[in-house]
Amino acid sequence: MSAAKLEFLREGREDTMLETDQTHAFERYKVKIDSGRIERRVRLNNGLKHLFSLSTVFALVVLAILLYRIGVQSAGWLDLQFLTSNLSRFADKAGIYGAILGTVYLMLIVVPVTLILGVSTAIYLEEYAAKGRIQRFIKVNISNLASVPSVIFGLLGLAVFGRMLNLGSSILAGGLTMSLLVLPTVVVASQEAIKAVPGFLREASYGMGADKWTTIRKVVLPVALPGILTGSILAMSRAIGETAPLVVLGIPTLILKIPDSVMDDFTALPIQIYYWTLDTVLTPEYANLAAATIVVLLAVLFILNSVAIIIRNKFQKRF
Amino acid sequence: MNIQNPEIENNVFDVRGLNLWYGNDQALKNINMQIEKNKITAIIGPSGCGKSTFIKTLNRMIENVPIVRTTGEILYHGNDIFDKSMRVEELRTKVGMVFQKPNPFPKSIFENVVYGPKIHGIKDKKLLMEIAEASLKSAALWDEVKDRLNDNAYGLSGGQQQRLCIARCIAVQPDVILMDEPTSALDPIATLKVEELMDSLKQEYTIAIVTHSMQQAARISDKTAFFLMGDLIEYDKTEAIFSNPRDKRTEDYITGRFG
Repeated sequence: MSAAKLEFLREGREDTMLETDQTHAFERYKVKIDSGRIERRVRLNNGLKHLFSLSTVFALVVLAILLYRIGVQSAGWLDLQFLTSNLSRFADKAGIYGAILGTVYLMLIVVPVTLILGVSTAIYLEEYAAKGRIQRFIKVNISNLASVPSVIFGLLGLAVFGRMLNLGSSILAGGLTMSLLVLPTVVVASQEAIKAVPGFLREASYGMGADKWTTIRKVVLPVALPGILTGSILAMSRAIGETAPLVVLGIPTLILKIPDSVMDDFTALPIQIYYWTLDTVLTPEYANLAAATIVVLLAVLFILNSVAIIIRNKFQKRF
Repeated sequence: MNIQNPEIENNVFDVRGLNLWYGNDQALKNINMQIEKNKITAIIGPSGCGKSTFIKTLNRMIENVPIVRTTGEILYHGNDIFDKSMRVEELRTKVGMVFQKPNPFPKSIFENVVYGPKIHGIKDKKLLMEIAEASLKSAALWDEVKDRLNDNAYGLSGGQQQRLCIARCIAVQPDVILMDEPTSALDPIATLKVEELMDSLKQEYTIAIVTHSMQQAARISDKTAFFLMGDLIEYDKTEAIFSNPRDKRTEDYITGRFG
């Protein structure tokens, strides 16, 4: 009999009754553990392990096929001339210089607009807004916004920026539309990063007489920055790869002029892939150009995602 | 109960009829208490008795909990800290705080100490360095860290981190230092160092400390307040509380019969 139980008995506590009941339950339980049951569970576990690994292999196979096909198709087409030439009617003279520049211009708008609006929104919701029903409602709806299909954002961009503000299919219209598209993602990622900053750091700052904004600027944001950057880079890579909103905005099929201001019409990498693929009916070699453009786009996206992973690993949780 | 002190100007804090609620739960009930200048005031009591709540009310840190409501007044050198004209930021530069768990910023030791002076507008590098040295010396940490001021504060031991937090608090030049169980996360040797430090600090600062350890209260404090279920049961000179408690509940608590 254990010392604790002895003490219970001495004190005449009724809790000891509970202990006897439990002993009975353990006896009954022991009978149910038979080896056949364990054998079946181990076999189920092994079966599931193979199923899970097959799922992983499936994704890898798809990626391998994709890379192989575009690799073969783009071989011989992806060279310096391809990267530095503008569009041409002749497939062997055509290049994606204009599309690369268009994508860069697009990012020059999307990055500042989403970072400023997104991080500000996240700061407001996490640090300033009173915690309550309204704040929760806003947060849920920002998350909902993140899952709205991109073509709908394209329609919104067409109506507001293209028509109402009369920006047409310019870089500015495209950039603002793309910003709307990825803004919810940036907001949610920044919110998570800010929420992960431990409260005791804020307390330390407030305890020395710091006001809220000083605390946010000097304590919260530096600690949250890696998380904000990781989320934002992933959002940017989405903006670089999106096609639908630009198609809806009516980005012209053929641009021979290299854009030199944000009010100019432009083309971007995914759009270029889209139109070259459509035009393959006319000129079969365009398929190779599309493949070469895909290689460039994928390379950019892989680099961006790697940077995001590196940042995340470098600033692993320190608390 | 209400102990009137004839030397009013010696009181840093004069708490009058303080009540505090978390939502509908009353955590502090009609507290009347004075905290004297250049003394160490210990606040003891079992978990959930309101002692942490009380100390956090003194610099209004408690207001970071959104559902808190208070009535009554707390006079700090004669001015009500709940008055509209009182800015919490200003109050907290005068009434600093050291927390239960060491909470340095993920910055260098130097940056931690000068955080307060910097946010209050001091930019002169030389002056900041002097402040850092003086604060770290006051916190008995200077000799251990003077060669690695630019190292990350998280490389320090728990006890050193807590003394760094005390140095960081001192760097703002407060009048009062509130300590919320400052040694509960530390080992006995680090605890001893912090206690010795408190004794030297009371020359210049008024200290109020919440502690779970009655031995600690007996060792270091001049006055002790015993809280129970949100009531201030007894408040007197530490020797009196520990040798001759007037209330039966105080006696039961300090002799270890509950809590």
